[in-house]
Amino acid sequence: MSTATMTAPTEKKSHSLALKAGLLLVGIHIFMGLLTLVWLPYDPTAMAGGRLEGPSLLHLLGTDRLGRDLFTQMMIGSRIALIVGIGAVAIGAVIGVTLGLLAAFASKWLDDALAATLDILIAFPTLLIAMLVVAASDTANLWSAIIALGIALSAIVARLTRILAKRVLVMDYITAARTSGSSWPKIVAIHILPNIWPTLSVNFALQFGLAVIAEASLSYLGLGAPPPNASWGRILQEAQGTVYTAPLGAIAPGIALVSLAIGVNLLADGLRDTIDPTRRAR
Amino acid sequence: MSLVRVDHVSFGYTANRRILDDVSLEIAQGDTIGLVGESGSGKTTLLRLLLGLARPDSGTITFDGRPLDPRNGAFMRDFRRQAQVVYQDPYSSLDPRQTIQSIIAEPLRSLKIPGDHQKQVGDALEAVGLDRDVGTRFPHQFSGGQRQRIAIARAIVPGPRLLLADEAVSALDLTTRIRIVDLLAGLSKTMSLLFVSHDIGVVAALCRRIVILEKGRIVEAGDTAAVLANPQHPYTQRLLASVPRLTLNEVSS
Repeated sequence: MSTATMTAPTEKKSHSLALKAGLLLVGIHIFMGLLTLVWLPYDPTAMAGGRLEGPSLLHLLGTDRLGRDLFTQMMIGSRIALIVGIGAVAIGAVIGVTLGLLAAFASKWLDDALAATLDILIAFPTLLIAMLVVAASDTANLWSAIIALGIALSAIVARLTRILAKRVLVMDYITAARTSGSSWPKIVAIHILPNIWPTLSVNFALQFGLAVIAEASLSYLGLGAPPPNASWGRILQEAQGTVYTAPLGAIAPGIALVSLAIGVNLLADGLRDTIDPTRRAR
Repeated sequence: MSLVRVDHVSFGYTANRRILDDVSLEIAQGDTIGLVGESGSGKTTLLRLLLGLARPDSGTITFDGRPLDPRNGAFMRDFRRQAQVVYQDPYSSLDPRQTIQSIIAEPLRSLKIPGDHQKQVGDALEAVGLDRDVGTRFPHQFSGGQRQRIAIARAIVPGPRLLLADEAVSALDLTTRIRIVDLLAGLSKTMSLLFVSHDIGVVAALCRRIVILEKGRIVEAGDTAAVLANPQHPYTQRLLASVPRLTLNEVSS
């Protein structure tokens, strides 16, 4: 007991530190993304200076090989990454949680069939499924990429939801809810979702990072948002040829990607620990 | 007058293995019955049938003269209000993410019982020996015995006529067990009680009548005192002989 009371404050401190760091990192990207809606330092498609200029007060990150301002493009990249991450995770969550709950409640053979289908889908890399979906749609644009990533992620969400829901379903408090007269939809809303949510939310944060990186990969391959949408993946791709002369073009989107992915994970962890009543002290 | 009547009920989860075989049982108004048997004897299955969570393969169960039919929504709502249950494990029977108020009020909400739910929950908490104001707290802030009291409060809040207790004290330590048995004994003055247990000692202390279940069949039933004083069936005799006793000799050595 004495150890518990001694470690508790440190633990709490690290939780709030994670939350603050996550808020800061995600906050920067949200600020940049929102700012692009009302103000940009330069026209992202126009030449703003000389080619491959180094960082200066006029161009904080320098310019690319066409003389466009890199910082402007990075700002737009933040907006695109946030739209992709939130959109793909939202689509993946809605489809995945619905399918997972269906499987958890289904009869044995339907459950087995769903589980096998999900395992096959998961065996393909997310990026490959996304590429298939993008290739199957007529035009490659931001939305086709988001939908493709959402569908690819939904298989992972569905499998996780199925397992988590099954684990909750055998608990006595579910039987108690039934003998208390609660209907199944009510039991799902009141007991099952709140109890699987902490694990799901951590998974959503991981997938947010996965989606943003996958979109960058799609863009890198020319399957993502077409120009003039400056996604981080496209900036990376365009910087490929000049990586030795102007390394910032590759380093900046790399750091941005990692910082957003880490930020979302820290934020999700911190939020879960703050909201979860069972993690609060007695 | 009999409140529950189980008539020649058989049940199996699979076609070739019977869990309950031709079980007949009657619970009279105000009765306290101990249902005793080892693990796997079919006690919990019988309880599930009595709660309408499963339907017997053959035979009938009636509650208050009406057949227990899980598909009859109107009947089930009324039945749920009148028959409530306390589970064995107080750590898994309370949703960890709900407040005590919300947990105990669930039957009131779901069964659409009118009245001031907050007050009804407070009354139930007091009836099981807890403070009225613990409603804002969460299950993990309570001990095992307190949790079982909360589970009992949830069971009695809709004012049932029948309380089913599924091994309700076996997960508790000895002193807590005695207190919860006392609590159930007090409650049994106002409602019928079916107490499922593998512990003959607890049943002897709590129940007027006893029913012994072995491999899905009722092998002996009757007045608790009479059955325990003079067990007829060899299984009952074995059960009684297996009750652990501490003699002075064993303690001192």
